[in-house]
Amino acid sequence: MRLILACIVLIGVWHAVAASQMLPAFVLPGPPAVVQVLARDHQLLATHAMTTAQEVIAGLALGLGFGAATALAMMLCAPLRWLVQPILTVSQAVPVFVLAPVLTIWFGYGPAPKIAMVVLLVFFPVASGLYDGLRATPQPVLDLARIAKASSWRELWLLRLPHALPYLGASLRVSVTYAPMGAVIGEWVGASKGLGYLMLLANARMKTDLMFAALVVIVAMTLTLVTVTDRLLRRVQM
Amino acid sequence: MTSHGASDHCGAAQWGLHGDITLHGQALIQGLDLPLCRGWTCLLGRSGCGKSTILRLMAGLPVAAQWHGTRRAPDRIGWMAQSDLLQPRLDLLGNVTLAERLAGRMIARDQALGALQQVGLGALASRRPDALSGGQRQRVALARALIANAPLVLLDEPFSALDPVSRSQMQELAYRQLAGRHVVLVTHDPVEALRLGAQVWLIEEHRLIAQPALAQSQEKDLRDPSDPQLTQAAAALLHRLRSAGAPHPAPTPYHKGCDTCG
Repeated sequence: MRLILACIVLIGVWHAVAASQMLPAFVLPGPPAVVQVLARDHQLLATHAMTTAQEVIAGLALGLGFGAATALAMMLCAPLRWLVQPILTVSQAVPVFVLAPVLTIWFGYGPAPKIAMVVLLVFFPVASGLYDGLRATPQPVLDLARIAKASSWRELWLLRLPHALPYLGASLRVSVTYAPMGAVIGEWVGASKGLGYLMLLANARMKTDLMFAALVVIVAMTLTLVTVTDRLLRRVQM
Repeated sequence: MTSHGASDHCGAAQWGLHGDITLHGQALIQGLDLPLCRGWTCLLGRSGCGKSTILRLMAGLPVAAQWHGTRRAPDRIGWMAQSDLLQPRLDLLGNVTLAERLAGRMIARDQALGALQQVGLGALASRRPDALSGGQRQRVALARALIANAPLVLLDEPFSALDPVSRSQMQELAYRQLAGRHVVLVTHDPVEALRLGAQVWLIEEHRLIAQPALAQSQEKDLRDPSDPQLTQAAAALLHRLRSAGAPHPAPTPYHKGCDTCG
C-alpha cells in the first residue's frame, strides 16, 4: 500500500517537472508520453523484457545454487573454508559491475555474460550470508549434536541449516534487488536483445520516451521480483 | 566430611568423573571424585562454582576449563539444558525425534508419540514449540531426552526458569519418567537438590562435599515441596551456601548461552 502511494507521489513530481517545460520533451518526457509509448510499443517491450527476465531468473537460480553449495561445502571441508573465506570477505568490496566488459569478452554476446553477471551478484551475498548463518547456530543447540555423536553432515542438515535460513533469506532479498540491474548492465556492454539493449538503442536515436518506457518496465520487473521473493520467503519463515 | 562420603552408598559405581579441573590456571574443582549411582545425583552450588563444567565433562562436551582425569560414561546419554533447545521449525514430534535423528537412528512415529504421551503432550504432537508454555516446552525436552533410552541422563538446571508450581510438577514428572536410570542434576536450588537427590553433593571451596540426602518418604513419590523436614534441611543448606563466601577466586562473567560458566 505504501509502495503504491510512494509511486504515485514520484510520478506526480515527475509529471510536474516535465509539465513545467523547464526541460525539452526529448530530454525529459512526461508520464503521459511514456504511457503512450508503453501502450504503443508493448509488444516490443514485452519481447525484450522476456529476454531480460529469463537472464535474471537463470542467474538467480544458478547464483543461489552455487552460493548455497559453496556455503555448505565450506562448513563440511576445513581446507575449503580456509581458502574461500577471505575471498568471500574481499568480494563484498569489489564492485562486480566492473566485470561486465570482461564477461562479454569471455562469454560472447549471447545471454551467457548477462547470466554470469547476475550469478556473481547473487553468489557472493548468498554464500557469505548462508555461511555466516551456519556459523551462528547457538552453542547450546550444537551440544545436542555432540551428545548424539552426530556426523557433521547431520549436524549441518538438522541443526545449522534451519538456523541459517533467515540469513539466507536476508541475502536473497538483497540479491533480487540487484539482479535485474546486473542483467541490464550486461546488456549495455553488448547484446542484441533485452531491455538494456533497447535502452541503448532508444538512446542512440534520441527516443527518450522509449528509453523511459524501458526504464519503467525494469523498475516494475524489479519491484515484482522483490515482492514475490518476499512473499515466498515469508511463507517458509525465512 | 570427605568427598568420598557418597560413594559408600552404591559401592563400585559403573560411571563417574574423577580428576582436577582448572580454569585460567586456578583450581576450579580439586580432587574431583564423583561416582554415579543409580537414581538421582544432585550437584548443588552457586553460579560459577563449576557444577555445569562437571556436567559438561560428564557429557563429553567442550568446556572452557582444563581437566585432567578419567571419565566413565555410557555410550548413550540423555541431555536437558537450562534452555529447552526446541527447534522452532519442527513440530513437537520432530523435536522429540531430533536427538535420535542426529544420532542417525530411525525412530518409529509411534515411539515418538508414546514419549510425548508420557509427558502428557500427546495431543499436541503436530504443534510448533512457539505455541507452548515454558513448562510444556521443558516437557518436550524431557520427552526428547527419554526417547533415546539412555542409561545416563544429565540435567543442567532444566527447571530453574519455570514458575514454582510448574517446577515442582516437572520435578515429579521427570522423577517418575527417569526411574531406574542414572540421573545427574545440576541445580542452585537446595529444595530441588534435597527433594530429588539420593546423592547430594555441595560444591564448596573448589571441592565436592557429600551431603546427607533425605530418605524418600515413599519409593515412588517425592516429598511435597512444603514438607517441613525438606524445608528445614533446605534452609540449613542455603545457610551453608550463603556463609561459604565467594564461590570462585575469579568469577567468570556469565552471559546467556554460555553453559560452561554456570
